Amino acid sequence: MSKPTHDSRLDPAATDDVYAAIMAAHDGLTDAQSHALNARLVLLMANALGDADEVATLCRTARVYAG
Amino acid sequence: MPAYEHTPEPFKRPPELDGGRSNAPVAIVGAGPVGLALAVDLAQRGVACTVLDDNNVVSVGSRAICWAKRTLEIFDRLGVGQRMLDKGVTWKVGRLFHGDDPVYDFDLLPEEGHAYPAFINLQQYYVEEYLLDRAKEFPDLIDLRFLSKVTDHTPTETGVALTVETPEGRYTLDADWMVACDGAGSPTRKRMDLAFEGQTFTEQFLIADIEMEGEFFDGPPERWFWFDPTFHPGKSALLHQQPDNIYRIDLQLDRDTDAESVADEETVLPRIRAIVGDRPFRLDWMSIYTFRCITLDRYVHGPVIFAGDSAHVVSPFGARGGNGGIQDIDNLGWKLAAVIAGEAPRALIDTYDTERRRAARENIVNSARATNFMTPKTPIEALFRAETLRMAHDQPFARRIINSGRLSTPCALTGEALQTPGTAPLEPGRALLDAPLGDDWLVRVMPDGFVLLGIGTVVLPDVAGIARMGIDQNADYPCYPDRDGYALDRYGRDRAYLIRPDGHVAAVFDTPTAQAVERARDRALGRMLEDA
Ligand SMILES: Cc1cc2nc3c(=O)[nH]c(=O)nc-3n(C[C@H](O)[C@H](O)[C@H](O)COP(=O)(O)OP(=O)(O)OC[C@H]3O[C@@H](n4cnc5c(N)ncnc54)[C@H](O)[C@@H]3O)c2cc1C
Repeated sequence: MSKPTHDSRLDPAATDDVYAAIMAAHDGLTDAQSHALNARLVLLMANALGDADEVATLCRTARVYAG
Repeated sequence: MPAYEHTPEPFKRPPELDGGRSNAPVAIVGAGPVGLALAVDLAQRGVACTVLDDNNVVSVGSRAICWAKRTLEIFDRLGVGQRMLDKGVTWKVGRLFHGDDPVYDFDLLPEEGHAYPAFINLQQYYVEEYLLDRAKEFPDLIDLRFLSKVTDHTPTETGVALTVETPEGRYTLDADWMVACDGAGSPTRKRMDLAFEGQTFTEQFLIADIEMEGEFFDGPPERWFWFDPTFHPGKSALLHQQPDNIYRIDLQLDRDTDAESVADEETVLPRIRAIVGDRPFRLDWMSIYTFRCITLDRYVHGPVIFAGDSAHVVSPFGARGGNGGIQDIDNLGWKLAAVIAGEAPRALIDTYDTERRRAARENIVNSARATNFMTPKTPIEALFRAETLRMAHDQPFARRIINSGRLSTPCALTGEALQTPGTAPLEPGRALLDAPLGDDWLVRVMPDGFVLLGIGTVVLPDVAGIARMGIDQNADYPCYPDRDGYALDRYGRDRAYLIRPDGHVAAVFDTPTAQAVERARDRALGRMLEDA
C-alpha cells in the first residue's frame, strides 16, 4: 500500500520541545483521560491546520499503520 | 581485568608537612578530567595551582568515552587535542534499530571544513593520562599531590584553608581560591550542605566494555542503538567502538532489577553474545548505574567554586557530562586568571556561574528528554514512542522525533552580561566555528587571550592587550587565506569579531574603532559589572 511521505516541518530543537509538551499534557492522567485528551488534541490540531485536504491525507497515512 | 595498565602516581611529601607553605593561589580538589584540565588551563595563563586527589591512578573503568568537537577544540588549546584525535576512534554515523530492523542512520557532521570531527570515542583513562602528562610539563606551576584527601575547608580572610589527609600526616593548605572538581559525590558539596536535587531515573543501566578482535563494523566505526531488540526485549541497547579493540555496550535493565544479580558474568555474557554473535570477546570492565539530572543552584560560593560533576550531573545519553565539565573549565580558566592578575573584578567569577548554569540547564533538558524517551514512564508515553518508531521506518518526520541522545553541542551565551549585543552570522555569545585557513585551521592558529579577528576589508585597530588576526587580509599581524570559503560562510565578509579567551564571541563590528573594541573588551572582563 503506498502512503504519502511526511518530511519534518520542525527543526530538531523544536521537535523535542513539541514532544515534551505533548508528554507533559498527559502527565498524571489515567489511560482513559489520556485517550480523551488525544482526541481533543487531534481535533484542535486539525482545526489549526485549517486545510481539509491535508487532514484527509494525514488520516490516510495514520490509518495505513493500523493494519 | 582491564587491559589498560594503571600506573600509580607517587606520593610526594609536601612542604606543609615540614612547616613550609606553598604560594599557589588556586587549590583544585580532584584530578579527574575537569580538575586536570583546569590545572593546565591556568598554567598556560601563568597561574600556579595545587591539585589534590585522594587517589593515585587515572579513572578506573572507561566511563566517559564520547568527546565532542567543541571539547576537542578546547583540548587542542590545552595541548592534548591532537594526541586524543590520533588515539581516538572517529565516528560520525549513528545507526538506529527498532527490533532487529535498521530504521535509519544519521550523519553527525555532514559539514566539511573542521579540524576535529563531530565526535571521537576515547576512554576516560586515556583522556586523564594525556592531561596528566601535559600537566607534568608545568612543574613550576602545577603541584600535583596524589593520595591527598581533602577532608575539610574553612573560609579565611584571604580565601580558604583546606585540611588535607595524606599517608604521612595531615596538614593545612591555604589558597585564595578552591575549585571543587571532586566529582558527582563531591565531598565539598556535602560538607557545605548544598541542596543537590533533580530528576532521578529509576531504571538501571548495565555498562560494559568488551575486548573483541577484528573489525565489527564493515566500514568506518558507527554508533548503534536499538529500541526493543530481540536480544533484549522491551529495552534499549547501545554499542560503541573505542580504541584498543574495546567496545562499549549499554543495556537498559528492569526498573526493579537487583543490581547484584544481573552484574554477574553468567547473566551478562549471553546478552553480549546476542549482540556480537559468535565473535570471541573478553569482558574488560562492567558496572551498573542509575542516572540523575541535577545541578547546584549556585556554582560560586565566595572563594569556593564548583566545576564538572560536582556542580551538575546528567545521564550519559548525549555525552554531556564530561564534555560539559571541560566546557566549564574553558569558561572558568581565563576568568580566574584575569581576577588573580588584578585585570578584572571578582564579579567576573559570578558570570562563570550564570553562563555555565545556563549551559547545564541546556544539558539537563537534553539529557533528561533522551532518558525519558528511552524509558517511558507510563503506558501513554510507551504508546507514543511505539507509534513514533513504527512510523519512523518510512516517515522522515518521525525519525527526527526518535531520541537516543542529542549529542553535546556548545552552549550559546547570547544575551549574557559580558557580551556586547550585535548582529552577525556568528552572534555574540556563540562559540567560534572552525575553518580551514591556509594550511592550518582557525582553532589552531587562534592566539591566546582576547583576539580581534578581521575578515576581508575591515581595518583592525591596535588595542593594547588584544591580539589581532586577519582572514583574507594583508597586514602586519598574522593573516591567513580563507582556503575554501568556509570562513567567509561562517563569519561573513568585511567585519570584525572580538573573541574571548574561551573562543566565544564577545562583540561584532562593521567598523571597529579602538574605543569600541576596548569598551567591548572591558565589558567582557566584567569591568562594567557591579562587584557583589
Ligand atoms: C557510564 C558512564 C558513561 C559516561 N559517558 C560519558 C561520555 O561518553 N561523555 C561524557 O562527556 N561524559 C560521560 N560520562 C560522564 C563523565 O564520566 C563525568 O562527567 C566526568 O568524569 C566528570 O569529571 P570530573 O573531573 O568532574 O569528576 P570525576 O571524574 O569524578 O573526578 C573527581 C576526582 O575527585 C577526586 N576526589 C573526590 N573526593 C576527593 C577528596 N575529598 N579529596 C581529593 N580528591 C577527591 C576523585 O578521586 C576523582 O579523581 C559518563 C559517566 C558514566 C558513569
